[in-house]
Amino acid sequence: MAVEQRGMEVKVDAPSAGLWAHTVDGLRRFFDGDIWYSFKRSPVTILSAVITVLFMSAALFAPLVAPHDPFDLAQVDLLDSFLPPIWVEGSDPRFLLGTDDQGRDVLSTLMYGSRISLGVGFASVIFSLFLGVGLGLVSGYVGGTVDAVIMRIADVQLSFPAILIALLIDGVARGVLPRDLHGEIWFYVLVFAIGFSGWVQYARTVRGSTLVEKNKEYVQAARIIGIRPALIMLRHVLPNVMGPVLVIATIHLAIAIITEATLSFLGVGVPLTSPSLGTLVRVGQDFLFSGEWWITVFPGIALAVLVLAVNLLGDWLRDVLNPKLR
Amino acid sequence: MAEPAATTPATAVANGTDLVEVRGLAKYFDVSPPLLNRVLQGEPRLILKAVDGIDFVIPKGKTFSLVGESGCGKSTVARLVVGLFKPTRGHIRFDGVDMAGLTKREEIEPVRKRLQMIFQDPYASLNPRWRIGDIIAEPIRAHRLIEGKADILARVGELLTHVGLSPVDAEKFPHEFSGGQRQRISIARALASQPEFLVCDEPTSALDVSVQAQILNLMKQLQREFGLTYLFISHDLAVVYHISDYLGVMYLGRLVEWGTGRRVFGQPRHPYTRMLLDAIPDLEMTGRRRIPVAGEVPNPINPPTGCHFHPRCPFAEDRCRREAPKSLPLPEGGEVACHAVEEGRLEAG
Repeated sequence: MAVEQRGMEVKVDAPSAGLWAHTVDGLRRFFDGDIWYSFKRSPVTILSAVITVLFMSAALFAPLVAPHDPFDLAQVDLLDSFLPPIWVEGSDPRFLLGTDDQGRDVLSTLMYGSRISLGVGFASVIFSLFLGVGLGLVSGYVGGTVDAVIMRIADVQLSFPAILIALLIDGVARGVLPRDLHGEIWFYVLVFAIGFSGWVQYARTVRGSTLVEKNKEYVQAARIIGIRPALIMLRHVLPNVMGPVLVIATIHLAIAIITEATLSFLGVGVPLTSPSLGTLVRVGQDFLFSGEWWITVFPGIALAVLVLAVNLLGDWLRDVLNPKLR
Repeated sequence: MAEPAATTPATAVANGTDLVEVRGLAKYFDVSPPLLNRVLQGEPRLILKAVDGIDFVIPKGKTFSLVGESGCGKSTVARLVVGLFKPTRGHIRFDGVDMAGLTKREEIEPVRKRLQMIFQDPYASLNPRWRIGDIIAEPIRAHRLIEGKADILARVGELLTHVGLSPVDAEKFPHEFSGGQRQRISIARALASQPEFLVCDEPTSALDVSVQAQILNLMKQLQREFGLTYLFISHDLAVVYHISDYLGVMYLGRLVEWGTGRRVFGQPRHPYTRMLLDAIPDLEMTGRRRIPVAGEVPNPINPPTGCHFHPRCPFAEDRCRREAPKSLPLPEGGEVACHAVEEGRLEAG
């Protein structure tokens, strides 16, 4: 019990009490707690966190920190195309990682690309999380036919690979929606496609924990008091089932980024005008055999490092929140 | 079980003063394997008769205890009475109102306010992520008994003081308390809506013996102070002896004997009650031999025919194996369901 309690200190919430004192209290307990201790003791985790934060800030502040704006036609010069990275002969010191076929700085496109990749990734995870947690909670708490229907849908969906479902939704959306809309709503279509392909994980986990929590006596106490089922789910059950969800969300972020990259690589994801890391790999691979390897290799490395870092963070979070693995 | 005749002491007590009346209450659980297994493997439907027709009344301000071995349906009765389960058959009347007849929220709410429950496991009955103040204030907020933060806080402090804790504890989380303290918090939450009736489902069985006594004394003190009525579920006869005004003994979903606590402890009539009482350690050291409880509780899914107790009963005859005994009033008060007592084969012990 004590171990479990310590694991719960990540997110402490209570409806009332002074917000400020509450925050300070929460922070102090976080830094005194096991999670921070375990974080300090794991160099791999610290490195992953640093890389993830670097990527996120590079993506967030791309317009400020990127050496060039690859989408500003005034700054792009076709004469600068196919310049190699600076440590290769024939390079230009203005372009650290070289330029692509249109003379755009590869480092800058990486930063702008991460922006798209991370943006789509986060949005998909949030969409997935809301959908999955909501359905899982209702499924577990209400039970009966509702539970059976939701879980059978989940089972059916699980029998298809996630990427196939994302492709399907993406393809259908492209077919159904008018062509001139594509340029504006690709982001939402992509988020929906990737998010929808991932909700089952959340739903199953949350349903399982909900089944355990709803039979605990504090939920029965709330029922006797006469709290409405929706409020019991939100206030009592939800905070107690969110631990594993946090872990899934972190790992799912890596998967969402990969899925987006795959879709973009296949040409059904992000439009060429605002390329993500996956689009960059696809565009670059045309020049792989003609010797301009840097156009595709750097986005590839960036993608791999980002996903690895996020995954390692997720693994660490899973270990630290699971008392059985300690 | 039969409806008691109008002349039994049960109804004599009941006139006007009883708060809770339970008549023919039954709860069956469907524990069948899934439909597919039943069809493919030809498995039958399985019905677990957790509670199979029991009657009792609890007079206002008194404590009625239900005792019995594990799995005899005591906790199911508790959950039926507070409305967590819907009864398969029978009625529960609370202050004259049939609870099954209440369907609308506006009708249920005033009744809910008046009855509360204290649970067995003090580690599961408090939400680990809520502060004590919010846990205790939940019934107050839900029923809008008091408006305004400061007033609610004051009331929570008052409740905490009532149960022997400090108003400062409202800021803490459940894991900062011991089992006994948590049970006190549970009691404070139960008292928050100023109920008249408390259902206590083994409130002391998860606690140390020394702490048990404190909680029982607290409950008795609160009963005197607020005129509370208790339905007290326990398997511990020593605990029950201290707190009960009335005592019912359950065996496999049926009430085999009930009466005033003094009568049941002093002159137990049913063979099962005698067996339970003989097993209590003798603290007065009178030299009485302690007879261990013989046999085990049969599987409730497939209970013995006739009187459920006959396989373990030293007085069982053919009739006991064939026919379920009816509950019959005793001259000294209470009722007992036993053929041997009815036929006079078994004299008062």
